[in-house]
Order: sequence, then C-alpha cells, then structure tokens
Amino acid sequence: MTQPLIEIRSAPHVQGPKSVETIMRHVVYSLLPICAFYVFQYGISALASILVVTAACLFAERYFVRTGTQAGRLSDYSAVITGLLLALTLPPGFPLWMGAVAGLVAIALGKALFGGIGFNVFNPALVGRAFVQAAFPTAIATYTPSFLAGRFTEFIPSSLAWPLMIPADAAIWLKAKNLDALAGATPLAKWKFDGVLANAGDLLTSLSGNMAVGPAPVLILVCGAYLALRRFMDWRIPLAIIGSAALTAWLLYAFDGVRYPNPFFMLFSGGLILGAVYMATDMATSPVTPKGMWVYGALIGLLTVVIRYYSGLPEGVMYAILIANAASPLIERITQPVPFGRGVLDRAKKRATYPLNPGYISREEASAVTPKKRFLPKKPKK
Amino acid sequence: MTEPSGPSVSASRVIPIAVGGATPPVPPASPTAGMIRTLGLVSAICGLIIVGAYEGTYDAVAANKRIATERAVFKVIPAAKSIAEYVALPGGGIEPRVGAGDTAPGGVKFFAAYDAGGKLAGIAAEGGAKGYADTVRIMFGYSPDCQCVVGIGVVAMRETPGIGDKIITDKNFLANFTALDVKLKGDLSALANEVRAVKHGAKTSPWQVDAIAGATITSRAVGRAINDSAQVLLPRLVPNLDKLRSKS
Amino acid sequence: MNPSAADTWDEFMEGVWRQNPTFVMILGMCPTLAVTVSVVNALSMGISTMLVLIASCGLVSMMRNITPKEVRIAVYIVIIATFVTVVDYAIQAISLALYDALGAFIQLIVVNCIILGRAEAHAAKNPPLPAMINAAGMGIGFTIGLLALGVVREILGAGTLFGVALFGAGFQPWVIMVLPPGGFFVLGAWLLFFSWLERRKLRRQQAKLVEATQNA
Repeated sequence: MTQPLIEIRSAPHVQGPKSVETIMRHVVYSLLPICAFYVFQYGISALASILVVTAACLFAERYFVRTGTQAGRLSDYSAVITGLLLALTLPPGFPLWMGAVAGLVAIALGKALFGGIGFNVFNPALVGRAFVQAAFPTAIATYTPSFLAGRFTEFIPSSLAWPLMIPADAAIWLKAKNLDALAGATPLAKWKFDGVLANAGDLLTSLSGNMAVGPAPVLILVCGAYLALRRFMDWRIPLAIIGSAALTAWLLYAFDGVRYPNPFFMLFSGGLILGAVYMATDMATSPVTPKGMWVYGALIGLLTVVIRYYSGLPEGVMYAILIANAASPLIERITQPVPFGRGVLDRAKKRATYPLNPGYISREEASAVTPKKRFLPKKPKK
Repeated sequence: MTEPSGPSVSASRVIPIAVGGATPPVPPASPTAGMIRTLGLVSAICGLIIVGAYEGTYDAVAANKRIATERAVFKVIPAAKSIAEYVALPGGGIEPRVGAGDTAPGGVKFFAAYDAGGKLAGIAAEGGAKGYADTVRIMFGYSPDCQCVVGIGVVAMRETPGIGDKIITDKNFLANFTALDVKLKGDLSALANEVRAVKHGAKTSPWQVDAIAGATITSRAVGRAINDSAQVLLPRLVPNLDKLRSKS
Repeated sequence: MNPSAADTWDEFMEGVWRQNPTFVMILGMCPTLAVTVSVVNALSMGISTMLVLIASCGLVSMMRNITPKEVRIAVYIVIIATFVTVVDYAIQAISLALYDALGAFIQLIVVNCIILGRAEAHAAKNPPLPAMINAAGMGIGFTIGLLALGVVREILGAGTLFGVALFGAGFQPWVIMVLPPGGFFVLGAWLLFFSWLERRKLRRQQAKLVEATQNA
C-alpha cells in the first residue's frame, strides 16, 4: 500500500504537536502503573489476562484494518488502550478464553462496525465487557481476594479453563486456601447482598486486607491528573462524574443513613474512578462542548448511583457510561455554545430542523406542493 | 347489481379525482352484494375448516394436557400412580373438580395423588411468586404423613439461564425439599412457621429454604411461592384429609 | 428442462434464495428473533409458517376471481387466521412442550407480513398451483433463515444441536445467545455474511467484464 502524496483536508491547516497517536501513547503510559499495580495485587493471572485481552484486541484491529473495514492504523495505540482497560474491568481470574472473546467483540462490535477510530458511538472496552457480562454472567461475577500468598507462582484455576469450557469453581480453590466463599465477593456485592460495608479509606488504597477490588482509586486519580495536566484529557468529565455521584449518594445518605451507604464508599468502590477517569473520557464517545461535558458527566454519576441502589446488579458504571455514550450526540446538540458576537436572544430557534439531503428528494417531490387529501372531495357538497 | 346506490357512488368518485390531474381514474367499485357473497363464502369455508381441526385434535390435546399434568405431579410425588383433581373452597372444605372450566372464585386447585394400591400418596399444588424476570410457577408435593413438602418441580419460569434456573438442577437446593416443614398451627388457621428462603448456608430450621448463592432472588421466589400457596391451601385441606384417604 | 418446468423452478427458487424472506427481504423478524433459541423451535416455527403459507396462498388463489378488491384484505386475513388456528391445534395435539416453547408466536403467524405479502403480491394474481409452489419456496426460505439462526444460537447458547450435547458436560453456555440480544447479533452476522457473498459476486462479475473489454 502506498501512502498518498497529497492529503486534502479542510481548514485549519496548522498542525499542533498533539496527534492522535501522541495522545493515545501517553494514555498508555499513564495506564502502565495501574496495570503494574493490578499485577502486584493478583499476580500472574492478572498479567496473563492483560496480555491475552490486549493481544485479542490488537489481533482484531489488525484484521479489520487490513481488510479495509475500519479506518486507522495499528500503531495509533487505541486498540492497546481498549485492551488494557478491558482487562482492568474484568475479574483477575476471568478465564483467558473468555477474555479473548471480550477483546475480539470489543473491537469488532464496538469499533470496526462503526468504521474504526473516531467513529465509534460506544466505548469499545465497555462494549466488550457488556457482551461477556451478558454471555458469562457467572464467570464475570466471580472475584478472588487480592494479595494471596502464592499469586506470583500459581494461576487462579479459573483462568486456565479450556476454550468453550466451564472454568473451575473458585470457591473450592478458596476453601483449600482456608478462605470462605465470601472473601471472593467485591465490596459492592458484599454491601448489596449481605449488608457489609467496607471502610472507604481501605478502598482508596486497595492495600489493606485481601479485598476483591481493582487497582487503587488513588493511583488511578494520580495517573488521571497527569493526563489532565498534560492536556491529554479533559478534566471536566471526571470531575462531573465524581461530583454528581458524590452528590447523589450524599443526598440519599442524608435522607436515610441506615439504608444507604456513605458517599465515600460509593465513590471508591467498584469501577467508578476507573470509569470516570479512563472510560467516560474517551474522546470519540463523549461530547466536545464544555457545557456538554458537565451534563454528560453528571448523567453518568447519577445513573451509576441509581443502578447500584435500585437494580439487581451490584455495579452500574458500565451501563451508566454506555447510556451516556448513546446520549452524547443529543447532549452536544443542546449545549452548542453561542458564537461570539451573537446575542443570547437571537439564538437559533429551539425547534430542531434537519436539512434534508437533496439526494433523498425525488423529482416529483421537489416540485410538489402538499397533495390534497383524496378523501375530502368525495364528500357530497351541501 | 340491483343496488341503486352503486353506480352513483362510483360516478361521484371519478370526477373530483380528475381535478388532481396526474392521478389515474379509479375503476368503479364492486357491488356490495358481491362483497357480502364472497365474505360469506370465505367465512363458511374457514368456519368449517376450524371446526374440523378442533374436532379432529380435541382428544389428542386433552390427552396431552392430562399427561403433562400427571407427569408434573408424579415428579413431585414419586410414589404416585394416578391423580384426581380437587378444589379447596374459600369457606373451607373441598370438592372434586369436574370439567375444564375455571375454578370458582377463591378456590384453589390441587391434585390428590394415589399410589398403585389406591392409597393417598400425597397432595400436589401449584404456587407462584415474582422472581428475577417474571413469575416463577412451581408445583410442590405435600405429604400428609410428615406434614411437609417432599418435592418441587418448576411449571414455568423465565429466570436467567445459568443462574436462576439452577433451582431445577442444584442438588443442595433441591435437598431443601425432601422434608420442608409446613406444619399448621394448633387451630389449623395458618402455618406454624412461615416458609422462607434464607441466605446460603444460614439454614437452621426445617421450615427454612437454603438459598442458592448467586441466585438468591429466584430462591426466595420459590420459598414465597410455597409459603403463599400453602398458607391458603393447607388450612382448608388438612381438616378434610380423611375424605381423600382412598381413591373414590 | 422444458420452459414451463424452468419457470416453475424459478418460481420456487425465488423464495428459497433470490428473495429469501429472512436475509434478503428482512421480513417476519418477530418470530425470527424470538423463537430461534433452539433448532427444534426454529424448525417447527418454520414448518408451521410454511404450512400456513402454502394453504392460505392456495385458497386465496382459488378465490381470486370472486374477491372484490375492497374486501380483499379482510378475506386474506380470515383465510390466514383459519390456517393458523388449524396449525395451532395441530401443534397442541403433537406436543404441549413445543406449544409452550413457541408461545404466542404461533398465533402471531396471522400478522406475519410474509404471508400477507405473498397473498397480495403473488397468490391473488396467479392460479393455485404456481401460487402454492411459490409459497412453498418462500416457506422453505423462511425455514432456512430460522434454522440458520437456530443452529448458531443453540450451539453457542446451550452447546447442543437438536438437543444432543456436542461438547460434553463441561461446556460453558453463552447465555447471551439465548437472550434477545443474541438473536440480533446472530442475525446481524448472517446478514453481514450474505452481503459479503453478494458483493464478492458483483466484484467477480465486474472483473470478468473488465477482462472481456481488455481482450476485445
């Protein structure tokens, strides 16, 4: 394939130092410490999971780019980000073959279907996770405790399930390690089904006890701050999500402190921080208008808390972000900034009009006036 | 053809359309008598076909339904060889159920199952409660000798495959229903202890149902279905058990 | 093949392949997505629809000369509803389990647009025999469509084919395949496959044309 000599683009023609590739590369850099922490927590199972899922994403990306189904290049790092994020949202002992399925589906359904990088409507990593959540609900709810003794020499048995086969039961393995089955439940599941509340401070660092949690929220926040300071990510969205989730949770907590947990538990449990910093900020799937970002973030925070409290699922970040992804074109529409010099009063009319593509109008229609209704003249005139 | 209005209707229709210009003239309408004749003919033919099909399949359908019910009852009361249908009336008392119509308002349908010797082997009844996706309808077998539930079977459910439908396959869960205590209070007005599902591993009493870990909602629905149905049925049934002792 | 036999074959194959109701016309999506969780369900739904299609097209065609156009839809619906009722009874008589599995979708055959479409577009304009042959082709095409979905969804969703386990006891079912989204995914994948076939055929034709012009 030869590179085109002349690229025809619309203005502006000034090229900034930040290309898609640079941004994506820095996102990958900032994800590396988080992945390292995850491996530190769960050992070789987590490492294998990250490698397999990322490899599956890259494989799918390469196939679809090669066949011309989707735009972009393999070297733009976007598939790597998808793979790393997807692996971080899956349980560490998730069977590797299911992880591969998730990676393939993430790129195929979440990205290639829409035309590749920049065209996707939903965050590809979350599309992959939603698929395996629906396909393998048992496996994806099976967590194991972190910081187990032999984690760097021994795989979690469910990781190594044969393709298409049911993974080994983690509860038996835990029993052999003298841990009860409850040790494998996430703090959110423990709260939802057993009413046990974890300490928010412990959740923030993920270090104390053998909690079944993802990488430390505080580390994710630091990595996110790096991205925001280097302007590789907009700080508004994470702030809006965290703020609105905290506000909603706090209001409910103030309303009934027994039934609802405290807002800090809500913020630091589950994948809220990871979702807020890395998934909701995906450039292609979030609004570009500053006001829209606030609305979008607030929507995610609110939905997350509502799903966690009132649905059958313990965790709601994934569906909240996917729903907000779907809503983001609409949010962009209603938050268009007013051009400079134009008063608020003569802003465009509220009623949306869709310019019709001339190709859709047939010749008869183009010259047609509204046809008279045929049944009217039939009435006998009095 | 004898309808006088026919031609005038079609004539008045053609003229205004012509004003539109491009529209082709509509062909004249068909006479009403013709329409009625055709519709009558079609209805007669179709009626005959339906009646024929109904008559032809009636016996087979009824037999199928009976077999399905028997199979469900035999599953929860393994000793059973034949069944009889009864209704427990709202004011207390029971009566045999005849015909396939709806039961009287407030009546509860149940099946008395008899073993090969014609002795009462157990009572089977249906119950339903809201599960995760939809109502879980189950059939349970009641043994008058131990005053307990001796088996359950699922009649209809739409629970998540792989999670909720463990209530059919999970051996530990089904072990709850080998002798689930549903004794009545001394005055026979209600169950002595409410049947309810408890968290996995927390079962302490014979009237509790040990839920499946991860399928708590469906397990609770099963417990509630048994409880709701037994609360209504058993107070009416137990005083009349002697009527059912042997096959009539 | 003599010309009339070729015509008949053409009439028949229209529904099976060229105008396949599921994959080309995208008709009758309601049962296609809803009852294809297993091959047996898909097959029985397809056969039921085919029987209704053939019988009602035959009757519609026989009555085509005495059906006034104002009441034709009413006539078609009554005829279709009749045969649906017959099939409904027949399935109850054959197997209650199957009847429960297919649920309301047997009765919903009445409003299946394939049948009404065939009655209006073909049976009402042709003599009974060609009408029934065409209907049979459409019915088989629809059955093939349902089976294509049913096979994939049963293999992945339950690890079985016609209820026979393919992978042994340790198979991990893909729950999503027996849920409604699975129907959409599998249908989408099949549509993708057929559109790819179509485009490949077109490309080859164009290549041949180019070659022919160059040779000339």
